Amino acid sequence: MNLEQIDEAQDRRGQAEGGPAFLRRDRSQKEATRVAYGKALLELGRENPQVVVLDADLSKSTHTGAFAKEFPERFFDMGIAEQDMMGTAAGLAFCGKTVFASSFAIFATGRAFDQVRNTICYPALNVKIAATHAGITVGEDGGSHEAIEDVALMRSIPNMTVVVPADATETRLAVKAAAAWEGPVYLRLGRLDVPVLFDEGYPFRIGKAVRLREGRDVALIANGVMVAAALEAADRLARDGIEARVINMSTVKPIDAEEIEAAARECGALVTAEEHNVLGGLGSAVAEVVVQRRPVPMALVGVQDRFGQSGKPLELLEEYGLTAADVEAAARQVVARKGR
Amino acid sequence: MSTQLSTQLLDPEYAFRPAQPVLSAEERNRLQGIALTLRRDIIEMTAAAQSGHPGGSLSAADIVTCLYFSILRHRPQDPHWPDRDRFVLSKGHAAPVLYAALAEAGYFPREQLQTLRRLHSPLQGHPDMRKLPGVEASTGSLGQGLSIGNGMALAGKLDGRDYRVYVLMGDGEIQEGMVWEAAMTSVHRHLDNLTAFVDYNQLQIDGRVTDIKSLTHVGRRFAAFGWHVLEIDGHDLDAIHAAVQDAQRTKGRPTLIVAHTIKGKGVPFMEDQVEWHGTAPKPDQAKEALAQLGAGGKEAAQA
Ligand SMILES: Cc1ncc(C[n+]2csc(CCOP(=O)(O)OP(=O)(O)O)c2C)c(N)n1
Ligand SMILES: [Mg+2]
Repeated sequence: MNLEQIDEAQDRRGQAEGGPAFLRRDRSQKEATRVAYGKALLELGRENPQVVVLDADLSKSTHTGAFAKEFPERFFDMGIAEQDMMGTAAGLAFCGKTVFASSFAIFATGRAFDQVRNTICYPALNVKIAATHAGITVGEDGGSHEAIEDVALMRSIPNMTVVVPADATETRLAVKAAAAWEGPVYLRLGRLDVPVLFDEGYPFRIGKAVRLREGRDVALIANGVMVAAALEAADRLARDGIEARVINMSTVKPIDAEEIEAAARECGALVTAEEHNVLGGLGSAVAEVVVQRRPVPMALVGVQDRFGQSGKPLELLEEYGLTAADVEAAARQVVARKGR
Repeated sequence: MSTQLSTQLLDPEYAFRPAQPVLSAEERNRLQGIALTLRRDIIEMTAAAQSGHPGGSLSAADIVTCLYFSILRHRPQDPHWPDRDRFVLSKGHAAPVLYAALAEAGYFPREQLQTLRRLHSPLQGHPDMRKLPGVEASTGSLGQGLSIGNGMALAGKLDGRDYRVYVLMGDGEIQEGMVWEAAMTSVHRHLDNLTAFVDYNQLQIDGRVTDIKSLTHVGRRFAAFGWHVLEIDGHDLDAIHAAVQDAQRTKGRPTLIVAHTIKGKGVPFMEDQVEWHGTAPKPDQAKEALAQLGAGGKEAAQA
């Protein structure tokens, strides 16, 4: 199958056998999570006059532009100065504002790391860092712009909450939840148009994983763009009688340890899937729970500690081993290791 | 018609225009031809990739031409020659103009230009020194090139080598605080072997630089830090050449050349349009752009 066909197969995936009601059967509608962020921010701005938005010369790409247009007095374009942006966000938060600060994930977390760590997280301020263009699906801009370490960086800071939405619906809910949450939040968003997986009834809560498919042979724990791949992998495994549980672990921190422990106990083998370096991201977070609570065979699908590069997003997912086929292969491998 | 830059814009304090032309007519002709070739390549590459940054590549084409084809001491056949002059493209998104220059200089075959931004291509979206010979520094994260240049200039002094270091920054880029930290270092360390350019096209992504975070009197700001400052028309090959010569003569401190430019220069429908920062021309637009630029590059200029 070529990439287009794989893509289409994912779209058509009309899994007849139940699954939660909020999980769409028809996945042909697509929207980038950054686009959903822009829309949610606008709604939030209308609901809450304390919300202010900062950007660093990327408001067209991050989609904070719509908020800027409607609420110009509550929008501050800080120019190409991410560190200054984070410090300013802290000052605004000290004075009672709920601040959303946006840039590309690489600059929001990398360039401004110390400002985020010392000036936002140390005092646990109400700054929500909504970073777009995360991961290798940035595509043509290449390795300098593809954040593969942002989750690791943000997750390692005390007081920080880390959320990686899988689609537009979850993004919208996560933006609202982040605004209501006390303290700093990192929202990891993407550039690429991705299938809308969930209907409005999707039960999003920060810190709570959502089970998308039942199964007891292996559990596939994914977030971001890899959730769609995990669902597709579960379909393929089912054809061979392997029943895979699929879990959307959109909150990487605080992680839903109960759900992970239950998956380890009931399925006996785990695969994590993330568009991020396997060092320090979702896979690591899950492994930290598993080794302490219930060790079982586990495989980590993700970027294998190498930088990204230029290419088309779908080509890159294939090059870096982040397709449904890769998740499927990892699942077969851990299932084989079970009970050995 | 291509827009002409008004030299009225130059800060009178630092305005620099050579009293008489420093290039021979023949040399100027040759360089103009090369600049045209680079501009055509920029359009063709970004059109082939359907991705990339034409605006800031076109605005820097004359500076890059002057550097690579009349100023820099370099050996395309020996890219790691220790005594070569160094050029750091701090505004890494302008990679197409750098790649076009490197190909024209013979660092790699011209055919490779068409692979811009493709999977496994050495011509990454932003310059990757581990993938392409001739690229002196991997850039793309703005604001870091001046520090890199300082390091190279310091190493030159340490090793007793007489190479010179050139850094090209964007005007939006110098909103990064790190640039000003580096600007202090260059002066404090008396890096007279370093020359920095600001591609002063007055546009960034979200709009005009003055509207986003103003940088008026950029020359005075650097001068106050202790830099030797020259403001020039960044599309005037004689002015670029003469300004670099002036920098070479300046001892004890670094030189900043504020090059007033037009973003998208050479393609009228792209000129001074913020939309053309990071949008590639569609095939029909590329055709129009090439027609407006005029055919031929070197050949046409010689004819
Ligand atoms: C640290 C960092 N922040 C943001 C960006 C995204 N970005 C790429 S180009 C650009 C605008 C650059 O404007 P300017 O420096 O004026 O360049 P030019 O007009 O010459 O293209 C921005 C914000 C980046 N590459 N690096
Ligand atoms: Mg500019």
